[in-house]
Amino acid sequence: MGLTGLLAADPTQLLPAREQMAFTLGFHIIVVPFGTALPFLMMVANYRGLRYADRDALLLAERWSKVAAVLFAVGAVSGTVLSFEMGLLWPGLMGRFGAAYGIPFALEGIFFFLEAIFISIYIYGWKRLRPWPHFWSGLPVVLAGVGGTASVVAANGWMNLPGGVTVRGGRVVDVRPLEVFFNRAFWYEFLHMFLAAYIVAGFVVAAVYAVGLLRGRRDRYHRVGFLIPFTIAAVVTPVQVLVGDLVAREVFHREPVKFAAMEALQHTRDHVPETLGGVVVDGKVRYGVEVPDLASLLAGFSPATRVQGLDAVPPADQPSQHLVNVVHLSFDIMVALSLLLLALVGWFGLSWWRRRDLPPSRWFLRGAASSGVLAVGALETGWIVTEVGRQPWTVVGLLRTVDAVTTHGNVWLFFTGVLIIYMAVGAGTVLVLREMHRRWQAQDDVVVPYGPPERGSPAREAVPP
Amino acid sequence: MSDAAAAILLTGILLYVVFAGADFGAGLWGLTAGGLTRGRQPRAFMEAAIGPVWEANHVWLIFSLVVAWTSFPSAFAAAMTTLYAPLGLAALGIVLRGTGFAFRRVVIRSEQQRVASAAFEVSSIITPFFLGTVVGALASGRVPAQGGGDALRSWTGATSLLAGGLAVSASATLAAVFLVKDARLRGVVGLQSYFARRARASAAVVLVLSLVGLAVLSHDAHRLTTRLLGRGLPLLLLALVAGLGALLLLRAGRPWVAPLLAVVAVASLVLAWGIAQYPYVLGTHLSIAEAAAPRPTLVSVAVIFGAALLVCVPSLTLLYVLHQRGRLVEP
Ligand code: HDD
Ligand code: HEM
Ligand code: HEM
Repeated sequence: MGLTGLLAADPTQLLPAREQMAFTLGFHIIVVPFGTALPFLMMVANYRGLRYADRDALLLAERWSKVAAVLFAVGAVSGTVLSFEMGLLWPGLMGRFGAAYGIPFALEGIFFFLEAIFISIYIYGWKRLRPWPHFWSGLPVVLAGVGGTASVVAANGWMNLPGGVTVRGGRVVDVRPLEVFFNRAFWYEFLHMFLAAYIVAGFVVAAVYAVGLLRGRRDRYHRVGFLIPFTIAAVVTPVQVLVGDLVAREVFHREPVKFAAMEALQHTRDHVPETLGGVVVDGKVRYGVEVPDLASLLAGFSPATRVQGLDAVPPADQPSQHLVNVVHLSFDIMVALSLLLLALVGWFGLSWWRRRDLPPSRWFLRGAASSGVLAVGALETGWIVTEVGRQPWTVVGLLRTVDAVTTHGNVWLFFTGVLIIYMAVGAGTVLVLREMHRRWQAQDDVVVPYGPPERGSPAREAVPP
Repeated sequence: MSDAAAAILLTGILLYVVFAGADFGAGLWGLTAGGLTRGRQPRAFMEAAIGPVWEANHVWLIFSLVVAWTSFPSAFAAAMTTLYAPLGLAALGIVLRGTGFAFRRVVIRSEQQRVASAAFEVSSIITPFFLGTVVGALASGRVPAQGGGDALRSWTGATSLLAGGLAVSASATLAAVFLVKDARLRGVVGLQSYFARRARASAAVVLVLSLVGLAVLSHDAHRLTTRLLGRGLPLLLLALVAGLGALLLLRAGRPWVAPLLAVVAVASLVLAWGIAQYPYVLGTHLSIAEAAAPRPTLVSVAVIFGAALLVCVPSLTLLYVLHQRGRLVEP
């Protein structure tokens, strides 16, 4: 096998292409909240710092912006790889539907520009911009985060419920751009993802300070560092559970096959129980716990609600049993993690309401310290529900995944390269962030950004840490 | 309308080549800067020069990719299924480069700095080289309209190697010229001659590559050569004049003159390619009109491009102005 042979070997590309797509998207989505929601946390801390002359909050904002700088770079490059992969792995999708699917991505370009421009101004502006203009330079980043999320999710929603295209003879002959963007899955997917980003950024940042508090660093700096992100996540989480419930009902109405996979429901029926856990083996759900009637109740507010089962799908379009299990378990995990987070938030809310303070128990802090991981888990499993739940389609009803995948090149080779480099990048990111953390811990009397925070005074030189 | 979309695509590529090219070049010069101690000053200088702007400059690549797949989906798929090797390598290079740069800024231990620098600097050569070979493959018509062209020979022809070499050396020149300007503005005398030497050396490489290249090109891509020397000739001459002018005025006249001339030179080269290739996207077998998406899509792309200009030009200007005034510094 010569070099050409090695570059173009495997005719069955589907497996590596899917694994690679899943891996790179799963990687990218972890850093995304730090591009969309972390800037908001920074602005809150920055505002507190300036408005109330709060040095701790200012210092937090400055340090978070340094973390954002690193994660933003990782997000930008991992996103670029995704853009390449759209064509390299899925030429069938881009070649046939690029004219429609591409429109939201084109719009996203604007938001990427704004994000990249203003996050630079914000990050590099600490020393030499005046305090309030510097603060406001963060706002476009937050707004661009909203627009960016909306655009990418619009593309994803279009794959789930495509609209706005006329296809003739396998070719797109007409496109209605607004219908493409505001497809029938857009609003609920967008809202849900948007809130998810705030939840993830909030809990992950709070978790860092929870660890500090657990280790006995109970100073004001750590308290503020915990409270700002945790409060934001605590407000958003209950809303997200309600929205999630709404999303599930929309999926029940609009994407019945995905819903059947989420519930691992084989046969169309009413009085459908909610199956917690369990796997489908030979067409039967095993090892699960059934709560009678609950699925019907949640979907249609009545135990008599009929839910379509997987048997309603023509055999050729049925997802494989293995995929159904992945979707079902992922859904259960997302909901379970959400409920855990909700409980944690409830505990916090109760304690704050009664005593204006954190719950005194170390168990609360332990919970908070793990909340970041739980939130990321919910994010990842949610996406798995969406993406795997669409199989065997890439664009539901229009394009099968087998027809989207590339038939050229050796994807295993590409995948291996991606794996090695991403491992290095992932490890590097963790290492770098830990180093920064350690350096910050080592310096006790740091000089605060902007110098003494008198409002409106020109920024003074700060000593770089 | 399809011509408008093609023009937008070419504009995106041009802006990427000019703006990101200068960033790539700065990475390349890092390689020649020597070890950690000796190279500390020029590296720090280059870092300060590109730190706040490289991400914004990088977005032009995303923009071009997205415009390509939205406006010319089938041609995009054809290029992807043929040129996956250089494109995949370029993508990996981009990851190494961006993260290498971001990490280098924040790590302090020298062995970590060494690794991060190496990742950044080496991939600053790899990435433009492979992207250049892709352009060469497209320009010399080696991507079949239905895709799946030769995995290796499509991008290892003389035109591709030439374009790859040009991409690297032109980036290096751009960067060096810009850095001379920065050194002059900041009054760092030592670095002025340091980067001026490098600007001249890399410009000489560009010139030699272009001249030798034209000879090679006429064998490898005959039609392209005739077009370049036909309707592309004024632009090639402009590139030559502007390039020489940039070198001559490198340390004379106002600091901004040489960089502007260098930008004109590089931009004319890109435009010459675009004009030589018109009206085809791929070789002479797929025309812009045939490859174009349905009209409403093209209109959307044009509208989005217009909006992007409205929003991004003032923002980018703000970024560059703040940067030039020294308001954006390492926190
Ligand atoms: C922190 C994150 C988070 C939390 C707490 C939840 N979700 Fe979620 N969920 C996501 C993060 C997420 C997500 C990753 O963001 C997804 C993937 C695609 C999307 O739009 O959102 C998602 C998708 C998603 C889908 C599939 C939508 C589709 O394919 O169109 C359903 C049905 C739910 N979720 C339901 C819920 C329910 C009932 C929840 C609470 C009890 C819940 N989610 C909490
Ligand atoms: C729900 C899914 C996604 C969301 C919410 C999202 C959001 C973001 C955000 C906020 C950024 C910039 C900030 C950062 O990196 O932290 C980013 C970067 C990027 N993303 Fe994603 N993304 C998603 C999925 C995708 C997909 C599927 C693609 C491509 C096909 C993609 C392509 C990109 C690109 C190219 C960049 C780099 C832009 C730059 O240079 O600044 N993203 N994404
Ligand atoms: C808006 C953003 C997203 C877009 C546009 C998008 C697009 C795609 C495309 C084109 C494919 C390949 C074709 C297919 O298998 O259907 C895919 C597959 C996949 N994506 Fe996404 N994706 C997005 C977000 C995500 C995220 C954030 C994850 C994170 C976990 C994810 C997980 C997966 C998985 C697991 C697959 C493989 C599914 C399978 O083949 O079984 N996706 N996605």
